[in-house]
Amino acid sequence: MAEAMGFFTDTTVCIGCKACEVACKSWNQLPAREGGQPELSGISYDNTVQLSGTTWRHVKFIEQFDGPYNGRWLMMSDVCKHCVQAGCIEVCPTGAIIRTEFDTVVIQSDVCNGCRACIAGCPFGVIDMNPVSGTAQKCTLCYDRMSVGLEPACSKACPTDSIQFGPIDDLRRRAQTRLEQLQSQGETRAQLYGADPEGPVGGLNSFYLLVDEPEVYGLPSQPKLPSRNLASSAAGSVVGAAVLGAVGLVTLRKRRSEDVAESERGGQPRA
Amino acid sequence: MGGSRVPDTFFTTPPEWTWWIIFYFFIGGIAGGSFFIASLLYLFGRPSDRPVVRLGYYVAFVGVVISGILLILDLHRPLRFWHMLIESNTGNLMFKSWTPMSIGSWGLLLFGLFAALAALSAAREEERVRWGPGFVVGRGFRTVVAIIGGILGFFLAGYTGVLLSVSNRPVWADSPMLGALFLISAASTAAATLILLGRRRDAVDAASLGKLAEFDKWALILELVAIVVFLVTLGAAVQVFLSVWGVLLVLGVIGAGILLPLAIGMGWVKRWSTKPATAAVLVLVGGFLLRVVTLLSSEQVHIAGHRVISP
Repeated sequence: MAEAMGFFTDTTVCIGCKACEVACKSWNQLPAREGGQPELSGISYDNTVQLSGTTWRHVKFIEQFDGPYNGRWLMMSDVCKHCVQAGCIEVCPTGAIIRTEFDTVVIQSDVCNGCRACIAGCPFGVIDMNPVSGTAQKCTLCYDRMSVGLEPACSKACPTDSIQFGPIDDLRRRAQTRLEQLQSQGETRAQLYGADPEGPVGGLNSFYLLVDEPEVYGLPSQPKLPSRNLASSAAGSVVGAAVLGAVGLVTLRKRRSEDVAESERGGQPRA
Repeated sequence: MGGSRVPDTFFTTPPEWTWWIIFYFFIGGIAGGSFFIASLLYLFGRPSDRPVVRLGYYVAFVGVVISGILLILDLHRPLRFWHMLIESNTGNLMFKSWTPMSIGSWGLLLFGLFAALAALSAAREEERVRWGPGFVVGRGFRTVVAIIGGILGFFLAGYTGVLLSVSNRPVWADSPMLGALFLISAASTAAATLILLGRRRDAVDAASLGKLAEFDKWALILELVAIVVFLVTLGAAVQVFLSVWGVLLVLGVIGAGILLPLAIGMGWVKRWSTKPATAAVLVLVGGFLLRVVTLLSSEQVHIAGHRVISP
């Protein structure tokens, strides 16, 4: 297996230019929404709103304002987290979602049949349907570019190096250095999200440096695998089946009173 | 990764499992429930229960065929339905023992096979058909079909709730009770279906219908307990039901679908005490609404897409 590759996104230097979004759309030939008609969200300066099957990179604008001049902007270029333990791979019933030699997670569009289990299974709300292909789609970490030694389109286009691409171990070292730098400058809220390989879902191969709680960025504080519920839910069903079976035996069985009535009528035994 | 104020499941995207799946959960539950009720009646009942046994097998067969069609229609690439069973790029069998949808695909296929055999056996017994191998009416064969098909019926009725729980969506992944709840609801709706259809068949014994009504009564009591445990185990995600879905759960599922049929069955509603069909219809409506409420209450939560519940 090749070296594990990924992204480190330093949200503190993101300027919200959306060059990554455009580069991603352009390289992956993703279709426009609504036939390219301009759409306004009406709730933010960000009009993309969310990741989707046709938007694999999305720059979130988090507008924290008390009044017109009192507040701050947080910006974060969101993408598939390429979880080390991926919920989408767990629940995919067709084997369409695979782990690549770069330790990234890729949906094979020619295998996916659009059942949408992965959409419900992803702890980050990353995956969605592409209405053109009729399959679930998301960032491939530019598998095609990586295969020939090229950098993914989004990080290549990022003008501030908010999105950094490289071997995961190298990215973790860089992230730690940057975290310490920010904390020494007094930004005590600075924290790494998903950089810990001992953390939830085995760490994220696309991890972040945040300056507020994860929920503020629309990220779950403790992402979990769907399979955590398998044993408990299945056990509940088995208990339910046992109780129902017992109820069935009591209520549906042949009764002594029926035996008597049957023998009086000359009933035949079961064939 | 610090403490949580909003449940983590709220940050995910809805898979848009809506009406095809709601109808599948309802009809698949009736199919599985009908088979295991028929199996229990065949194995432990008396000869005069046989018309209900045959009816249960017919309902299971028709239900599983409709279920398969509904599931295929729900896929965005329906012609690739077989990718659930065979790896499209290798030709190997596709089976993941830790994935409810994968187990369910095989379970549905196997249940369909046993439902078809049982229905064929029942049709031969009634001389509705005269073709097919003779062994399908043999006692040993019928017993094996009743046992294995009955177990698969229990599976089909319950795995759908487990499938929802093995996800990261609000409500579904927040309680381990959905499998048991759907299973019990499948039993109550199947008994109600057999009561309604059995009343129209002359061969069906009144005592058999009485047993079904008794079974249904206990299934409804269990369902009520399961719903309460389900709501308690939801934790913070119970806020999803502080909406129109909560109203529908209390009034439609619990009130009209459980308490009212129970009251009719107990003879507490004098006006309807002689109308078991009314109670059965209410049970079916309640069972359907349970699937509607469970799926759509979760589907409405989508923070990133700004479809957020407003308690």
